[in-house]
Amino acid sequence: MQFSENWLRSFVNPKLTSDELGHLLTMAGLELEELDPAAPAFNKVVVGEILTAEKHPNADKLRLTTVNVGGEVLQIVCGAPNAAVGLKVPCALVGAQLPGDFNIKAAKVRDVESFGMLCSAKELGIAEESDGLLVLPADAPVGTDIRDYLGLDDKLFTLKLTPNRADCLSILGIAREVAALTGCDLTAPEIKPAAVSSDKTRAVVVEAKQHCPRYAGRVVSGVNAAAVTPGWMVQRLARSGIRSISVIVDITNYVLLEQGQPMHAFDNAKLSGAIHVRLPKAGEQLQLLNGNTIAPDADSVLIADEARALALGGIMGGEESGVTTATTEIFLESAFFAPEVIAGKARALNFSTDSSYRFERGVDFSRQVDALERATQLVLEICGGAAGPVVEMVSEADLPKRQPLRLRLARLSKVIGMDFARGTVETQLKHLRFPWTADGDTFVVTPPAHRFDMEIEEDLIEEVARLYGYDNIPAPAPDNRVAMLPLPEMQRTPMQVRRLVAERDYQEVVNFSFVETAWEKDFAGNDKPIVLANPIASQMGVMRTTLIGGLVNTLSFNLKRRTSRVRVFEIGRCFWRDASGTPVPGFTQPLRVAGLAAGPADPEQWGSKSRNVDFFDVKGDVEALFAGQTLRFEKIVHPALHPGRSAAVLLNGERIGVVGELHPEWAQKYELGAAPVVFELELPALLAAPMPNYGSVSRFPVVERDLAFVVAQETSLQTLLDGLKQAADDIVKGVNLFDLYQGKGLEEGKKSLAFRVVMQDTRKTLADAEVDAAIEKLVAAAQQLGAELRA
Amino acid sequence: MNTLEEIVARAIAEFAAIGEPAKLEEAKAQYLGKTGLITEQMKTLGKLPPEEKKTAGAAINAAKGQIEEALNGRRDALKRAALEAQLSAEALDVTLPGRGRSRGGLHPVTRSLDRIEQLFRTIGFEVADGPEIEGDWHNFTALNTPEKHPARSMHDTFYLQAEDGSVQEDVLLRTHTSPVQVRYMQAHVEKYKNAATMPEIRIIAPGRVYRVDSDATHSPMFHQVEGLWVGEKVSFADLRGVLADFLRRFFESDDLTLRFRPSFFPFTEPSAEIDMAFMSGPNKGRWLEIGGCGMVHPNVLRHGGIDPEKYIGFAFGMGPDRLTMLRYGIDDLRLFFDGDLRFLSQFK
Repeated sequence: MQFSENWLRSFVNPKLTSDELGHLLTMAGLELEELDPAAPAFNKVVVGEILTAEKHPNADKLRLTTVNVGGEVLQIVCGAPNAAVGLKVPCALVGAQLPGDFNIKAAKVRDVESFGMLCSAKELGIAEESDGLLVLPADAPVGTDIRDYLGLDDKLFTLKLTPNRADCLSILGIAREVAALTGCDLTAPEIKPAAVSSDKTRAVVVEAKQHCPRYAGRVVSGVNAAAVTPGWMVQRLARSGIRSISVIVDITNYVLLEQGQPMHAFDNAKLSGAIHVRLPKAGEQLQLLNGNTIAPDADSVLIADEARALALGGIMGGEESGVTTATTEIFLESAFFAPEVIAGKARALNFSTDSSYRFERGVDFSRQVDALERATQLVLEICGGAAGPVVEMVSEADLPKRQPLRLRLARLSKVIGMDFARGTVETQLKHLRFPWTADGDTFVVTPPAHRFDMEIEEDLIEEVARLYGYDNIPAPAPDNRVAMLPLPEMQRTPMQVRRLVAERDYQEVVNFSFVETAWEKDFAGNDKPIVLANPIASQMGVMRTTLIGGLVNTLSFNLKRRTSRVRVFEIGRCFWRDASGTPVPGFTQPLRVAGLAAGPADPEQWGSKSRNVDFFDVKGDVEALFAGQTLRFEKIVHPALHPGRSAAVLLNGERIGVVGELHPEWAQKYELGAAPVVFELELPALLAAPMPNYGSVSRFPVVERDLAFVVAQETSLQTLLDGLKQAADDIVKGVNLFDLYQGKGLEEGKKSLAFRVVMQDTRKTLADAEVDAAIEKLVAAAQQLGAELRA
Repeated sequence: MNTLEEIVARAIAEFAAIGEPAKLEEAKAQYLGKTGLITEQMKTLGKLPPEEKKTAGAAINAAKGQIEEALNGRRDALKRAALEAQLSAEALDVTLPGRGRSRGGLHPVTRSLDRIEQLFRTIGFEVADGPEIEGDWHNFTALNTPEKHPARSMHDTFYLQAEDGSVQEDVLLRTHTSPVQVRYMQAHVEKYKNAATMPEIRIIAPGRVYRVDSDATHSPMFHQVEGLWVGEKVSFADLRGVLADFLRRFFESDDLTLRFRPSFFPFTEPSAEIDMAFMSGPNKGRWLEIGGCGMVHPNVLRHGGIDPEKYIGFAFGMGPDRLTMLRYGIDDLRLFFDGDLRFLSQFK
């Protein structure tokens, strides 16, 4: 809502500066978004009258003028082509400072003295472009300061109104609010019913009573629709961001801004028979003022005559029945349309009008006739004519209800957290002009027709708090008497997991949850991702089912910026359809943690041979995240990963993620150079932390024996370890791989795996025989699996 | 003939001049060995009359002691010197960098969320979470924003395509973290339905939210943190107190002022917008929007299964992205989401 400060002050004029007034509104919930001067600063410019204008003796394009500036006649050289005798124009006097640091001095122009400057609108900073001098009305009083004459010492207020405050979408509404906040008087112009001097009228039939509970109209005949809109009206409209169109339209817009009541004017000569306010008929079409032809929704409300639809009620007038400068008879409409009927309609048509904007938020349903009278008054003043009788159709039963609300003083104090005195509330209700009665310590308040946001006790509580001033309410520090929060030892927070991953030298990133379709296909083999109906861009069109795509993209982004060592991770949700999904039925959206490592294993350094990160580095990171628990890794085929270098991660027999080298095809397609290694794990698996399981520490010595087995290349370590562990006696505390050898000295296709077997008894020193027996069992188990003991 | 004094003096001088342990042992033999000078002196004792034996013997023993002392002293000195030489040979350039990996870091916004979670934990707030594909009911209707409500136009909502290609109306990408309020209330009420009294609800719910908006100051995905405190005696004044306290702790500064501006959210009444201004620094005096808040609307409490006459409470929603930008002086929101390690790795 943008408006002229002077206009507002003509309604209510508190003793506050512009800034103070703006702050007052902001702190009352009508946020001041901008406060701009109506014109830039300048001084010493007055209304001047050109008395003579001759050609400059020494220049073809210059004129030599004499100008009456009130009590003095100045000789001024002027370059404007429209300088002519008799014109009233702005004249900057010697010593004037114009916008853009332009100082006017007495000067000689081509040997002729000049004492001032005649100005264009552009030179005064009140227009972007101008063509010659700003020509003022003939009755402009000579010598008057131009700022006063043009009302330039005005400011433009732009308020950002919340949807609940439709009552402030007018000068009257804001003035009412300022009066309530300051206790100042409201001095709105008096609305006197126009004398009815014509019996011309038009019947109105309201069929859609629920949609339009009140409809008022009247015919004004003999109007001059070609009259010039008065300058003050053009200026006030302009300062509200509305362009002058034609006088009748300007008047309806003016009343809308002033009173908050949308108005419409029909060319009465183009109407036939009674006005019908009704629902659309099947297949009915209407051409709107903006040129669009629409087929209105079944629950839209139409203004029609006996022949056809004329306007989309409360939203926009029709093209055919509109007023033109040739119009001589108008039918003025001032109606109340129910908010729920208008809500969303304009948005569905992809536009918004000042009218629909107000109706869908709620217009005062008691003042349609007042607004009609106000518009009539302006039409008669500016365009002349004779007013016919007011036709008003009301369906009281369908008008919004204003139920009395009970405001309990105790409840008010409890919700706000401070004691309010009765008197405070009484004064505020008085300023708000809310009618009320007392019932003990309860105020029974009837909200006025202009307030659509007073529905429950809390709404009144907010009004009281708002007028009291939110910042005058105490702000006690939180009460510290709090019971301890649970701290489950077997449960980590996502934040703790983040720190664990970061400790392994991964930097956290936050990638978008919507990704490119190709990423889903490449990295998840997903041909049917969830598609966004209204994506912001096509490459953010589908919901991800894996975090890997985003991480690959992060790698690519950083490689392009010459960062070659990239170690990143993300914790975020993945999304897919799942009939048994919960808590939102139909969707599963698990939290995952994924990481990617690319480039050198270590930061650039001197201390060890430089090498690129590989599968076992990242596997080691994954194992470290699960320290204290035993993971198993099984070879898998995964769309994102190298088929020979990828594994499923299992915890307690359950698959909780994958780790592997990115498929070389994708490394090439996404221009990553060497393939990065990635992991992706279900976050809940990491949120569960095992409880430490204490076993007593043995005082007896440890015995270690080394065993080396030769096995076929394709035999996995896990197979052998599983066999060894199954055959291990109680005294075997550990079987740890300490060497892997393949090559010279071994048969082709074989490898040697060397284990250190750690043995210990908790009750005694181990005897050689026990140790030998345990080792024999291990060897036998390995041989069962086709392993040979290496000499 | 050498006097004992001369022998001792000679030994001390000789030992001091020796630099190698083996030579020292050779020199020792000259004095204390079988034919050494002191041993020779001992041998002469037998020839002395008994009354002189005692004093002469004592003198020889004293001399022997002095020589042994000098010898041991010299041995220690040589050992120390040898060790020093070894240590010096083993010296490293300690300014060479340490070996091994470095450490990653948290995303700056996560870092803020971590601090926010910790700060609120100190006043008894637990962390809650909710789905990001959310039902229309939880995102809007339960929050007192029925269909066609003008407030819905404040959100530009991402919708999903149904499998048949049409727009699926009942689900969306959540536009705020507020749906967690109702989900949590419902679960809380269920949990304590048989208890004599229902404990207070104190939660914060950080997370990602989505709106159809993208420019230098808007990202289609961003973070929010929701707060909710419901109890029998939780007031608007408490809301002011908690948020004022929070912002001072978060920015570790008392050098800031807050203002609460009346505003409108369908799910709170009264509602307020929180503005903050620093009293010094680059943003001095500028009012910065921090978030929205208010007393939970009775309809929202009802949707959560809570009697609004018995329980009241407040809720707030803040933008951790913005808080992070203010905290670290970051001027471009997009830096948070494009994964540039040159930016992110500054947050260890």
